[in-house]
Amino acid sequence: MKDRSIHILNFVGLGFFEPAIRLATGEEVKKNLIGLFKKILLPILSISLFLILWHSGAAYLYNVEKSARIEKALSDRGETAALEMKTCIESGDVSCQPNTLPSPAQVWMAYKSLLADHRIITEKKAAFAEKVATTNAKREAQGLSLIEYTGRPSFVDQILTSLKTVFAGFLLALFIAVPIGIMLGLSPTLRSSVNWLIQIFKPVSPVVWLLLVFMIVKTLTRGSDADSAFIISFISVGLCSMWATLVNTSMGVSSVDKDYINVAKVLQLNVGQKVFKIILPSSFPLIFTGLRITLSVAWMVLIAIELLAQSPGLGSFVWEEFQNGANDSNSKIIVAMFVIGIIGFLLDRIMLTIQKFVTFTEETA
Amino acid sequence: MAYIELKNVSKSFGSGKDRTQVLSNINLEIEEGEFVAIVGFTGSGKTTLINLISGLIQPDEGQVLFKGEPVNGPSHERGVIFQNYSLLPWLNVRNNVGMAVKEAFKKMTKRDRNNRVENYVDMVNLLPAINKKPKELSGGMRQRVSVTRALSMSPEVILMDEPLSALDALTRGNLQQEILKIWNKDKKTALLITNDVDEGILMADRIIPLKPGPKATLGPEYKINLERPRDKTALNHNDEYKKLRNSIMEYLIQIGEQRASKKETNYVLPEIKPLIKPATFRRMSFR
Repeated sequence: MKDRSIHILNFVGLGFFEPAIRLATGEEVKKNLIGLFKKILLPILSISLFLILWHSGAAYLYNVEKSARIEKALSDRGETAALEMKTCIESGDVSCQPNTLPSPAQVWMAYKSLLADHRIITEKKAAFAEKVATTNAKREAQGLSLIEYTGRPSFVDQILTSLKTVFAGFLLALFIAVPIGIMLGLSPTLRSSVNWLIQIFKPVSPVVWLLLVFMIVKTLTRGSDADSAFIISFISVGLCSMWATLVNTSMGVSSVDKDYINVAKVLQLNVGQKVFKIILPSSFPLIFTGLRITLSVAWMVLIAIELLAQSPGLGSFVWEEFQNGANDSNSKIIVAMFVIGIIGFLLDRIMLTIQKFVTFTEETA
Repeated sequence: MAYIELKNVSKSFGSGKDRTQVLSNINLEIEEGEFVAIVGFTGSGKTTLINLISGLIQPDEGQVLFKGEPVNGPSHERGVIFQNYSLLPWLNVRNNVGMAVKEAFKKMTKRDRNNRVENYVDMVNLLPAINKKPKELSGGMRQRVSVTRALSMSPEVILMDEPLSALDALTRGNLQQEILKIWNKDKKTALLITNDVDEGILMADRIIPLKPGPKATLGPEYKINLERPRDKTALNHNDEYKKLRNSIMEYLIQIGEQRASKKETNYVLPEIKPLIKPATFRRMSFR
């Protein structure tokens, strides 16, 4: 049981819990205490240090902004206005708060309010669904489109939309880049003939891809009621992120160990068997490294693309909060930042686990 | 007509100025059922020779004949045991061997194929490890799998490219005996490439030294008339063995020295004068 759980933890990349589990069963106390200190306590310490730095930095910026406001009131409207401003700020009134980097505590509050907001919206949705249930059933029977909830999406909804977009983009990249990569890897002629295309398009910025996709999709979806914002953003995400997989796949396929090729020759495998039994399995590690990079790039560019394409998701959430300028907008942006970071980390871990499942690790000795 | 015949075979690699002739004018005849060993220094073109016979590469000049027919490519009739095992790391032992069996016996039923795989794996005592991946096996076990893979296709010739050179002395001795045991059973034609004279004498009927490349050619052959089965420890006291070993070693050392002396004269040292620029040093110092 214990060894099994340790094995699973190591497999999914959460191996730092290993000393804690070993310690819980009283195994090699001294060694595991050191392990616990190194792998768990030190990271906690560094996180606390980070929070302290953040907090004091935020406090400093707050004071700078505060004194600037008071001084401005003093020079513009005189001493009484300055005093008023000072008491207003110190009372914590929403109307006159300095707008600057929020402190960790404020961000935590914003996180809780976003969750509460999500709960309220979910309730509203449920109530709405109940209310229109009978009407919708009738409309369905008549073949009419259903009445959908059109209210504001909650933060969690935005996250889910973003994940949906990133997966659609990732799958698009997978289905384009892997087959093309294999073909390029197999044929040096094809590789050298399209190499210039790859080299030119690879460094193009996400924004330009978005505009390009916009030009094409806008024309193609003319007259249809497809969700063009979603289509545009997922295609752009796919196009931006597929290059790592494309290049890695073609490299993996073209650089298969000569020994394996010799084996294929000696066994007299035909072309199909050679590709599927020798070349693909041996290039799996590189293909998956490419896919991992693709997924992390996809997640990274997704935010920028949503921000520009005005398609719903975390990117547009950040942009709307920035435009909004409410008292807790800055804090909400920081919350989104952490959520984006943590989800990116989890996605990478998931890919790593899948990669370990399907590939072999070659021993160097 | 010999079973395997190499006629004036030459092979070069590279192009233009960098072109080097690895093998030149190789003539070799191997009879059916014979066990021939070729000994040579590393880098003398031994692997190239094996690749030519197996059909992985084609000669630039001359001909490689197998049963009187020119060799155009690899074939199941000539099994190869590679120096670095060349097992597929993503397949377990069963599938590594099974892949070869499947290719060599396309019409066999799945059950017969499985039985054949298990029989051959059992022959090298690896049945307990049949479901393991190559990385879980030791070097000796891996080479055993590689031997099994080659033999399971029932080749008519076994070509061995320094199969044991990466193994420790003990494992090496064991595997030598195992290969000999299997060879004894159905007396297949075998060609062993090795850098170990003792190994050659222990296993082969005939030893032919390969003069070091570039432009490697075969040296004079040495017949080994020692009785089989040969025992390694008993051989150490056998006079004929000692004589044979000494003459082969002497020959190898002699051609080794020839090569070394030849090499020395080839080097032309460029004239280099030390370039001293005191100013650069001064500029580089920290102020």
